[in-house]
Amino acid sequence: MRLSEAWLKSWVDIDLTTDELVQRLTMAGLEVDEVSPVAHDFDGIVVAEVISVQPHPNADKLRLCEVNDGSGDTVQVVCGAANVGAGIKVPFARLGACIGEDFKIKKTKLRGVESHGMLCSAHELGLSEDNSGLMLLPQEYEVGLSLRDLLQLNDCSIEIDLTPNRGDCLSVAGIAREVGVLTGKALKAHPQPKVQQTHQQVYDILVHNAAACPVYLGRVLKGVNARAQSPLWLQERLRRSGLRSVSAVVDATNYVLLELGQPTHAFDLNKLQGAICVRQANAGEQIELLNGDEVTLDDDSLVIADESGPVALAGIMGGLATAVDDDTTDLFLESAHFDPVAIAGRARRYGLHTDSSHRFERGVDPNLPQLALDRLTELIIDMAGGEPGPVSVMEDPQLVNQKKSIQLRQGRIARVLGMGLSDKEVVEILSGLGMVLEALDGGWKVTPPSARFDINLEEDLIEELARIKGYDLVPTRMPLLTGQIKPHALVQDELTQLKTKLIQNGYFEAITYSFISPSLAEKFFPELALLAVENPISLDMSVMRPSLLPGLVSTLTYNLARQVNRLKVFESGLKFLPQGSELQQRHCLAGLLYGSVVPEQWGQEARVTDFFDLKGDLELLLSGYEQPLTCSPVEASYLHPGQSGQLKLGGEQVGVLGALHPELAEQLGIPQPVWLFELELDALPELPVVRFETISKFPEIRRDIAVIVADAVSSFDILQTIDAQRPELLGEVRIFDVYRGKGIDFGKKSVALGLTFRATSRTLTDEEVEQAVNQITTQLNRHLGAILRE
Amino acid sequence: MLDAEQIETDALTAVKNSNSLDELEALRVQYLGKKGALTQLLKQLGQLDADIRRSAGQKINLAKKNVQSCIELRREELQAALLTQKLQQEKIDITLPGRRQSRGNFHPITQTMTVILDLFSAMGFDVASGPEVEDDYHNFEALNIPKHHPARAMQDTFYIDGGHVLRTHTSPVQIRTMEQQEPPIKVLAPGRVYRCDSDLTHTPMFHQVEGLLVDESVTFADLKGVIIEFLSQFFGQQLPVRFRPSYFPFTEPSAEVDIACVKCHGEGCRICSKTGWLEVLGCGMVHPNVFRHVNIDAEKYTGFAFGLGVERLAMLRYEVPDLRLFFENDIRFLSQFKQ
Repeated sequence: MRLSEAWLKSWVDIDLTTDELVQRLTMAGLEVDEVSPVAHDFDGIVVAEVISVQPHPNADKLRLCEVNDGSGDTVQVVCGAANVGAGIKVPFARLGACIGEDFKIKKTKLRGVESHGMLCSAHELGLSEDNSGLMLLPQEYEVGLSLRDLLQLNDCSIEIDLTPNRGDCLSVAGIAREVGVLTGKALKAHPQPKVQQTHQQVYDILVHNAAACPVYLGRVLKGVNARAQSPLWLQERLRRSGLRSVSAVVDATNYVLLELGQPTHAFDLNKLQGAICVRQANAGEQIELLNGDEVTLDDDSLVIADESGPVALAGIMGGLATAVDDDTTDLFLESAHFDPVAIAGRARRYGLHTDSSHRFERGVDPNLPQLALDRLTELIIDMAGGEPGPVSVMEDPQLVNQKKSIQLRQGRIARVLGMGLSDKEVVEILSGLGMVLEALDGGWKVTPPSARFDINLEEDLIEELARIKGYDLVPTRMPLLTGQIKPHALVQDELTQLKTKLIQNGYFEAITYSFISPSLAEKFFPELALLAVENPISLDMSVMRPSLLPGLVSTLTYNLARQVNRLKVFESGLKFLPQGSELQQRHCLAGLLYGSVVPEQWGQEARVTDFFDLKGDLELLLSGYEQPLTCSPVEASYLHPGQSGQLKLGGEQVGVLGALHPELAEQLGIPQPVWLFELELDALPELPVVRFETISKFPEIRRDIAVIVADAVSSFDILQTIDAQRPELLGEVRIFDVYRGKGIDFGKKSVALGLTFRATSRTLTDEEVEQAVNQITTQLNRHLGAILRE
Repeated sequence: MLDAEQIETDALTAVKNSNSLDELEALRVQYLGKKGALTQLLKQLGQLDADIRRSAGQKINLAKKNVQSCIELRREELQAALLTQKLQQEKIDITLPGRRQSRGNFHPITQTMTVILDLFSAMGFDVASGPEVEDDYHNFEALNIPKHHPARAMQDTFYIDGGHVLRTHTSPVQIRTMEQQEPPIKVLAPGRVYRCDSDLTHTPMFHQVEGLLVDESVTFADLKGVIIEFLSQFFGQQLPVRFRPSYFPFTEPSAEVDIACVKCHGEGCRICSKTGWLEVLGCGMVHPNVFRHVNIDAEKYTGFAFGLGVERLAMLRYEVPDLRLFFENDIRFLSQFKQ
């Protein structure tokens, strides 16, 4: 809501500065967004009349004007505006006048002719965007008068960001009521509009849906000059509220909307066919609206119709076919109340948002239509003439005044606010807001005014009390703690531990958008169904990620494009997997490794990251779990088939790791291998509490052996074979070398194993260790054909 | 036969002039070894007359002793020199950087979130989470935002299908918590939220922390106490804070909370749009309709809820000028937030 301070002051006396007023409104929940002057800062500009216009001797486009500025002598001014002519009245900047800070009017010569001042356009004075010519002033304006005083330009526009509950403040009258309560001032009396009816013609009105439209008033106004323009003072008030002047009739409806908050509509009476009918639309019915939109209606929308079909979308916008045009002479004026439930959401459905729908959706005072219709009639007659008929009233009194009373308990006030108010304060504040109070035992029965759609419960009244009294007067207190201590949700705590480990290991945390481009998602997961957003910001952000990896790979390409050649990042968050009609939202932790193992430095060679760097990171990351971590082949089309795997903890699949498929990397323009992992956080077991194990006092014995096996035998096969018949004394088994090449047959490899033997109660003998080693080599030989390398 | 004194003089000169341990050892053998000059003299003592044998023996032994101690002395000198030289050679440039793996850090949003969670945890709040694709009921209906309510337009919603949206706030976690838990409830819900808005000051995804406290005697005064305590801890100073009436469908009374601009301290600057105040969070007393949806007796219990925008606080905390930097993941940005 935007309104001029001067207009507001015509409704209520304000003895505050603009800053104080703004502060008071903001602190009462009517947040002021902007205060702007209504014109440029200027002085020395007066009304002047152009007496005569002569051609300029040296320039085709300039003219010499004799101007009467009321100072006694005429003044010679050179002017370039196309619309300059003898007899017009215009703003005139006298010598010495200032516009803004640094534009001072001085005597100048234009192409050799002296000019003693400047004739002004509205644009130059900050009164309009229109820069097409001189601002034409009404003939009745007296020359020599200050334009600033005449147009009350020492005013400002106040833009208030109203919350959706305060529909009652969407008018000058509404804001004035609020200011009155806040400053303890009564509203200024406004004379009732006077309309002298001069004929008896009425137009038939049928209301089929009284619940949606409990009040519908209509009036015939004949003999109107639709070409009439509204006076400058009214145009100025509209302008300061952000509306442009169109014609007297349109301006009048806008003025009433701003002044009282009641949307009204003027139909061209002679374009209506048969009775006006307020009804639900029939599905598929069409209407061409005032803005030129052709919309097809559904049966959930309320329309104003005549015999030919819908002539207006009720409470939203009129139709083009029955609109007032220059040749219109007779009007049918509508002033109605539509229930918010019947209007809410409908404008949006048709891609519309109008001053009218904005108000009806929030609730307009149902007792306003009569006053608004009279005010509208009065204004139109003043500006464009016309003969008014009687008001046709279609009203369902039961539906109009259904505002229920609310019980307010004195004790509840302190219970909610932590601050009590005296009975006197309660009565003062609430009755100031137009509520009717009836004392009850320990409280009141309160009936809010019909304009307040937001007051329905006791809490709503308590908020009003706190709001008007001032939130800053509510004391502060720390609540006492009750209940028991609960640990953080596990996923939070474990996740923090895992993330901390990654950070210590050189990974940076990234946060990427949860929506990604469908084409990227498809490159990674051609087989997956994707969850699409119905109304995405852009195509690039239109599907919910089925994995965190595409986002991380995009992070890599973003950084590669910025001369970064090494990256270690991770992200945690949800991925979204539609499975039939179900949707899985799974917590994941994913990471990406790229470039050299260590940052470039003098003391270490910059080796390029490989699979085992990645796997080592994950082994470290998951080392806290007691279940053994294993890695086995995985089928994932976005990963390198020979350098990827699934990770299992104790047989339970917890994630995948591997190189981005080289083809995909090439498509994305990434020159080196990209190492990825993604863990399913919900699949991770609980972190165990460590149980102490006895440390042997006796020395361990280590034996190193090397076995030659076929290339296809994996180290996992070797370890599993040993585990299958694990000698009791065997402790740790460590693979410390894998060798292919000279001395080893083609298709074979040598795997070196470090075997540690221990016992907690005695020193081992060489014989028993020999025996255990033999058992292991025999096993390996039997199951894997392994041969001990001498 | 050579004179012992002469040999001693020669030996001492040679020892003093020796330049290495090897040379010194050779001299020791030359003079004191089994076939050494002084050893030879001693062996020849028997050939001397008895009357001079004794004094000659004394002379030789003295010479031997002198040569011996001179050699020891020289050995120590040479060893010390050698050590000094070795240490000199081993000297390294300690100003070279250390050999290391890189170390990462948490995203600034996570770091800010952690500070927020820690402060409220210290006040006894638990942490809860909920889905990001949320149903209409939890995101709107149960929060007293019926279909077509103008308040729905306050939050530009991403729709998934008729019944589901990307949650526009973390408030649905309030509902989910109250559905599952009896009061007293003290819970925080941090997480991602989504709004269909993208410009200089809006990203379509951002983070909120929602807080909810429900108990038998919770008042607006408690809400003010908790929020003011949090803000002064978070910003590390007693900041002017103001509670301004506002509107959220799920709280009544509702408030927006402003702090004095951390940049200009209320003078008015670009950051606070010349108002001197920065809006940091929204809050209020839980609306009775919300309690009704989760079957909590609004006569017995009262509660407050608040929602803070993490990006806003992170921007103030780290003086990050542009919201969008948080989601570009430029490593030159991320790596600035060392911990």
